[in-house]
Amino acid sequence: MRAQRVLELADDELILGWRDSEWTGIAPTLEEDVAFSSIAQNEIGHARALYEVAAAELDTDADALAFDRAPGEYRCAQLVELRLMDWAHTIARRYLYEEADRVRIDALRRSDDAELAGLAAKIDREETYHRLHAEMWAGRLRDEPRFRSAVEELWPYALGVLDPELRPELARRVGLRVDSTQAVDRGAHTPELEELWNEMTEVRGSAPGQQW
Amino acid sequence: MSADEVGADEVWAALDEIPDPEIPVISLVELGVIRDVTVDGVRVRVELTPTFLGCPALEAMKRALAEKVAELGAEPEVAVITDDSWSTDRISSAGREKLREAGFAPPAPRAAGATTLVQLQSKAFRCPYCDSTETRLENIFGPTPCRSLRWCESCRQPFEQFKTI
Repeated sequence: MRAQRVLELADDELILGWRDSEWTGIAPTLEEDVAFSSIAQNEIGHARALYEVAAAELDTDADALAFDRAPGEYRCAQLVELRLMDWAHTIARRYLYEEADRVRIDALRRSDDAELAGLAAKIDREETYHRLHAEMWAGRLRDEPRFRSAVEELWPYALGVLDPELRPELARRVGLRVDSTQAVDRGAHTPELEELWNEMTEVRGSAPGQQW
Repeated sequence: MSADEVGADEVWAALDEIPDPEIPVISLVELGVIRDVTVDGVRVRVELTPTFLGCPALEAMKRALAEKVAELGAEPEVAVITDDSWSTDRISSAGREKLREAGFAPPAPRAAGATTLVQLQSKAFRCPYCDSTETRLENIFGPTPCRSLRWCESCRQPFEQFKTI
């Protein structure tokens, strides 16, 4: 049970890390190429640390958890799976994800599970910089209709990142509503996850059991 | 302690010879990432705290620590501790000076509460080349997870600023 909850976080961070890394080389400015690459690297680093916690409990290793499960076994929220082709949606997702993740990490830091609370505190220090980046962009695009509609479109997905009891805090932070929104809950996946999975496991799958 | 055992001080001194894999002017001990060394007979346990969890140098650090302990004739155990016990405040003052000399602006001390954009945009960051505080934030992110990019208005050069975490 604990491992399954940890996998939710780990899978969110891994899959979003992959999606963010897709902007490397094609972001609208050179500075954003650097920013998205660095953020992606951090998120995948968080995933690795979280997979190691789950792996110790499940008697496996982090790479096996990250790459050897079938797409249907991943526990990520649909928000991180979506293949977003424009900048407004990408920034809307970064903003909403960072706000949701902040609420979740805060809760985890206060938990009785000392190992996870310690790791959450470590992750929180790094996430501070992701939040600054997201806040800077959200502030800059706040009055842009394309950005506003992207935030509204992704809002049901953002709610799905969190357990129901944490959702009101997210809604308060971003100024949107919980009660009138049908959340896209964790569990089902989009077809985009399988496409991403095929790509991210291609090299490992080409030589099973190989030491890299 | 028998004749073939190493002392903890000896281990610390040996580990202080290991350069950081990405910024070799500073040692792992000066970087503050060695949290503890315990000697138990021929076994030496070293606790390593990563700087950033996504740091690709982590594996290289683990290998270098194990090799150094083995060179002392002991059996190494390197444990990676992923709690929040490391912060940039753990970089020693000698380490900070070496970073500055190598052109990396050392991290600002941790303040109460999380870093804000206003702080990063303030005139509190000193250029490692000319010492001016007329510098501005170019990018929160840089070539590695631990660094930001700034620009010095006085000597008109970009430089890398260690993030405070």
